[in-house]
Amino acid sequence: MPKTVNISVNHVTRVEGHGNIRLRASDGKIEKVEWQVPEAPRFFEAMVRGRSFEDIQTIVSRICGICSVTHSMAAIKGIENAMDIEVSEQTDKLRILCHYGEQIESHILHVGYLVAPDLLGQNSVIPLVESHPDVVKTIIRLHRVGNSCMELIGGRMTHPVTLKPGGFTAIPSSEKLLELKTSMEKAIPDLKTIAEVIRSLADKLPDFERETEYIALTNPDYYTFYHGDIASTDTDEKVPVREFERVVNEYVLPQSTAKWCKWHRDSYAVGALARFNLNAEQLLPMAADTAKQFGLKKHTCNPYLNNLAQVVECVQVLEHGLQLIDELLTKGLKNEPVKIEPKAGEGVGCVEAPRGILFHRYAFDKKGFCTKANICIPTGQNHGNIQKDFEAFAPKIIDRDQDEIRLLLEMLVRSYDPCISCSTHLLNVEFV
Amino acid sequence: MPKLKVAVFDFACCEGCQLQIYNLEEEILDLLQLIKPVEWREAMSDKSDNYDVAIIEGSITRVEDEQRLKIIRENAKTVIALGACATIGGINKIKNNFKMQDVKEYVYGKDAKMPHLNTYPTKAVNEVVKVDYMVHGCPINIKEFSYIVRSLAIGKEPKIPNYPVCVECKMKENVCRFEYGEICLGPITRAGCDAKCPSSGMWCFGCRGLVDDPNVNAAKDVMAEYGKTIDDLRGKMLLFSSKQEF
Repeated sequence: MPKTVNISVNHVTRVEGHGNIRLRASDGKIEKVEWQVPEAPRFFEAMVRGRSFEDIQTIVSRICGICSVTHSMAAIKGIENAMDIEVSEQTDKLRILCHYGEQIESHILHVGYLVAPDLLGQNSVIPLVESHPDVVKTIIRLHRVGNSCMELIGGRMTHPVTLKPGGFTAIPSSEKLLELKTSMEKAIPDLKTIAEVIRSLADKLPDFERETEYIALTNPDYYTFYHGDIASTDTDEKVPVREFERVVNEYVLPQSTAKWCKWHRDSYAVGALARFNLNAEQLLPMAADTAKQFGLKKHTCNPYLNNLAQVVECVQVLEHGLQLIDELLTKGLKNEPVKIEPKAGEGVGCVEAPRGILFHRYAFDKKGFCTKANICIPTGQNHGNIQKDFEAFAPKIIDRDQDEIRLLLEMLVRSYDPCISCSTHLLNVEFV
Repeated sequence: MPKLKVAVFDFACCEGCQLQIYNLEEEILDLLQLIKPVEWREAMSDKSDNYDVAIIEGSITRVEDEQRLKIIRENAKTVIALGACATIGGINKIKNNFKMQDVKEYVYGKDAKMPHLNTYPTKAVNEVVKVDYMVHGCPINIKEFSYIVRSLAIGKEPKIPNYPVCVECKMKENVCRFEYGEICLGPITRAGCDAKCPSSGMWCFGCRGLVDDPNVNAAKDVMAEYGKTIDDLRGKMLLFSSKQEF
């Protein structure tokens, strides 16, 4: 057993953004264990002030490359909420479908490119190209299905251009939507293959549980990423998204340029596992079956199993996405020109990003120029929980080899699928 | 032929341009025949100071980042700026239209005094170190990225378009955005994006930066034809091209 352990990881790899791990222990006693966020702050809420409501989604989409569709949609929903804009059923369905593309792309990227190397004892996906070529090619095919869905509906894969308050600048043709349907149908066996690969490696995920509060959107009618109220595993209360500030309770710490959050406990978690823990009984049959094969049940408090919940959600959105396409095609797609008369108001938009619940709040003057903004990012909400997991897990593994401890802590960070660059521009403005 | 050793580094940005490298899908496997990634934090745990090409994503906004970038420049034979944050400062430069104290206090409130929250006005990479090649756009065009990297790997000079987006937009037979009463930056913005935005019903917001020598007179004519002025055009440049002059 080592007498002293000293771990200092600068810029944890295979995550989006910059985070550091610090651990110091002697004679098996932890002296310091810390999750630090040194990402350069980018001040988006300050930058959107004075911009027209028509430009907001173009700016805030750039908060995050990997959840740009989610950010665009949260902004658009916030604007629509502020200006009492109703959208058509077709717009609603196309948006949800486009967002499903991002869920697939992001979850597959995370599980396939970033986490799988840990489970196979490699530093990156690159050696897997040689050792597991079929698995890598299957991951690539699935990744592309998510991307083509976003590209078809959003105009391109990252930073969508067609999404705007009230509707779309352009919509896909029925032929193109039918092509997407075919590629999504073909993705089902690929996804089953990947689920089986992950299941066979799931014993490599550490066995660590800590009682945790999970927070996600919930909807009485279906497994939701888009419409609903805020729910917690600690309470039966459902909070309307317009009141999100009383859930997130942000605060600033010297170890982080991102703000941290807490509600009923010292910290809470958001993301695929949170959504699963709150809404699992609403999964469609294939997704529910995948969860069953993983042995994944509600009330799971092992953060590493978030990776399994992500695979379950890929099946869920593929399954529901196919239903949405059928509904859209049956009804027939039609152009719906949008003309918005701006008006003064304040509104909130909330969408579940792949890595957890995202809130945008905006206020506009009567000409539609932004006067206030507040954005609360999922990874910001997870930072405190990563710290609390570190504090609980480090003492349990402190007698292991230093490199193994480092790897287990890095894997813990990765399991949250953090998007650290996104999390680093939260805000303190008081809205009345 | 030895493989080109490539490292990818990121600064202040959304990391969406790195994401485009994954979005090459199967083509990544072909690229790996020509290049050997030696450090790429978002994808690999390996680290190395021994690389031929450094790909830099993001803007520079802090003293410590500037120092890190200078070390990377010393290590690399060739530096590529990846995406609008790196090539022109992009969205991050909207910040430069405000006072730094104001943006910090707006975002962090009473905690703004904490020293780790300090940043300076956004700089593009070539405002700090010499840049050899630029992959423009927000996000980058993945085909162009692949073309530039392949060219360097086989010792060829890549050619980047130096004509406006209107050229590509016309080839796509799009109806001009000005016809819809919108103001579009196509006439002064560097092509190479395949006019993706106007083809999806959105005006060009200039994410690839200005062409080297924008034809201001032609732009004036276009604006006059639609009853608009060069100042209207400048107003739209605040999104991606804050502080770019023409």
